Amino acid sequence: MSPTATEPLLHAVHVTKRFGGLVAVNDVDFVIPEGSIVSLIGPNGAGKTTFFNIIAGIYDPTEGEIDFKGRRMVARAERVWLEPALWLLPAIVVGVVAALVYASTGTQIVGAVGALLAMSTLIVLLLAAIARPIWYQGLLGRLGIFRSARPNDMVVAGIGRTFQNIRLFHNMTALENVLVGMHSKMHAGFIHAMFDLPLDTREERASAKRAEELLALVGLAGRGGELAKNLPYGDQRRLEIARALGCDPALLLLDEPTAGMNPRETADVTALIGRLRRDLGLTVLLIEHDMRVVMGISDRVTVLDHGERIAEGTPDEVRRDPKVIEAYLGAPAA
Amino acid sequence: MNPLALIGDLVRPALAPFRGHRSIAIVVGMALLTALLPFAVTVWPLSEVQGQKVWLDGFTNAGVFMLLAVGLNIVVGLAGLLDLGYAAFFAIGAYTYAYGASPFSGNDFPFLPMLVVGAIVAATFGVLLGAPTLRLRGDYLAIVTLGFGEIVPIVFLNAEPFTQGTNGIGGIYKPDLPLYGTFTLLNPWPFYLVMAAILTVVIILVYKLGDSRLGRAWMAIREDELAAAASGINTVTTKLLAFALGASTAGLAGVFNASKLTIVSPDQFLFTVSFTVLAMVVLGGMGNIWGVTLGAFILYTIQAVLLKQLNTTFENLSLPHPNFVQYQFLLFGLALVFMMILRPEGLFPSQRRKRELHAAEELGDEEVAMVGADELGNADPSTSEVEL
Repeated sequence: MSPTATEPLLHAVHVTKRFGGLVAVNDVDFVIPEGSIVSLIGPNGAGKTTFFNIIAGIYDPTEGEIDFKGRRMVARAERVWLEPALWLLPAIVVGVVAALVYASTGTQIVGAVGALLAMSTLIVLLLAAIARPIWYQGLLGRLGIFRSARPNDMVVAGIGRTFQNIRLFHNMTALENVLVGMHSKMHAGFIHAMFDLPLDTREERASAKRAEELLALVGLAGRGGELAKNLPYGDQRRLEIARALGCDPALLLLDEPTAGMNPRETADVTALIGRLRRDLGLTVLLIEHDMRVVMGISDRVTVLDHGERIAEGTPDEVRRDPKVIEAYLGAPAA
Repeated sequence: MNPLALIGDLVRPALAPFRGHRSIAIVVGMALLTALLPFAVTVWPLSEVQGQKVWLDGFTNAGVFMLLAVGLNIVVGLAGLLDLGYAAFFAIGAYTYAYGASPFSGNDFPFLPMLVVGAIVAATFGVLLGAPTLRLRGDYLAIVTLGFGEIVPIVFLNAEPFTQGTNGIGGIYKPDLPLYGTFTLLNPWPFYLVMAAILTVVIILVYKLGDSRLGRAWMAIREDELAAAASGINTVTTKLLAFALGASTAGLAGVFNASKLTIVSPDQFLFTVSFTVLAMVVLGGMGNIWGVTLGAFILYTIQAVLLKQLNTTFENLSLPHPNFVQYQFLLFGLALVFMMILRPEGLFPSQRRKRELHAAEELGDEEVAMVGADELGNADPSTSEVEL
């Protein structure tokens, strides 16, 4: 299998992120081919996690864009000035129609209902602009308005992630954590839940089953009833991976999945990552400090230092790159 | 072992047959309570306090607050959004009914549809008032909701041509039910039974919500909003739904209360109402639906019956005494302070809240256990084992 032959799953171009005067990520180009395991390494403070958060939709980049599955997800906002027109025009149209009808018939009720309709159209559109449901995003797309995706849109698009410092829902059970991860794959709304409609009950049952499977996949079979916070550290990391898998991602972002683990646990997680690619056909982006993990499992490695990409290539190429050695160990004295 | 936990242990086996059929259990439980309460109050010493009709009227009013507590529990307990202006939605529900069925507006819509309309209108305002607060958390959210809670009654107060200002809208029509006819002031039974029915339905629905995909999303947001967003939850719609559903419950309570009192005026919806309901939720046990319902019932009964009874008792004994009713908020305040110190999870906590609030203690226990429990003769091993 040659991952480079396929079209890249994720394509980041000229990504820059400035926090005030600090340039955390500087003009980074980045490609993740489908089905590959790509690693991002670099000394502490190199901008790895910032870059990661940009891909996950948590930060908007100052410049640059990110395409995922050939779709533009993150970029500078475009034609945003058109958006207020989208809110106002329908309301104005409804209002004018109501006014015309009122003028021709003269019944007060029609006028009142028309005014109410116009106002509710405006309110609904304004609320949609805040909540940005899928249909509203489609509407924006059709008008050529572009806004960067939010974290939850990234999940819907198929990017699952874990956090560097574990962020589980500690007072929920392991199973519930995975079910929350499956949120975007489920559809039952509050009406379904309130009145026990078949969609809800069927979906809950199927989802619970799927969640058990995911737990088994990461090696937590039968532990679904335990509270997340009562799980041992290594298992919490696994549970985070299971939660990220809940959305059926095409791309899995793992932020230091073996941090704080002993060599044995590290080997287990490394094997798990390999298995995820093989069994689920996942593409993985890995931030990792443990060089044995990185060199053993990655197809490509990108090295960041001071926010800039200083090297990219296969593990062997990167290992021998003098710039990388300099970044990690300092320049030779001579 | 504490007495509440003991009661819980005794009751739990009795509830076992209903496990998995919680809706049936709720209906049966509420029906039993509704049937038993009117008889319980005819027994000494309760019968000495006030007549059965007065008791029933009191229970109905308590029901309004129980409904409010269940609704606020969605926002505060389940979704973790501190709302200090909840009375605003109570007011909006009440005024909706006032416009729907009073000589002032000239409309006379029937009661049951108005319940739904009131809930929907209140939910709409819940969304509208919730939208600006979406980016706020904790203290800031509390302050903004407090502001909304003040704004709404003031709007009703000052929009005189539409609301008759301080006088409020009077002469609101009493409810009428299709088979029963119109309710009267002298007979508290229909109000009492309708309240019990509304409460039963709402509790069942809220329980179902709590267990659903949406309920999990609320919990996730309460625990860690960023992680929730990164798990694919649209935090905006999820929070707005919490505001909307919480507000709709207050809307129901508002419609009912307006139809019962036959008058709405801005001074019924001051901050004290928001505060009282919040105190009920906190004392009852945030997040636990039964807990907040009971908390509301107990607090309301203390406020409306016990304090008055203290006055009469002291008068009968011709002892000098303060007017106890005036001290109710002092009592609430003290109760809250002591509760926060002694039992921060409330009287009847949800298991989850308890775990959250006692997480630190548990860790402490574990450390103690590591040091060696036998060195500490008085260490109670059961407390640490239960949660582990």
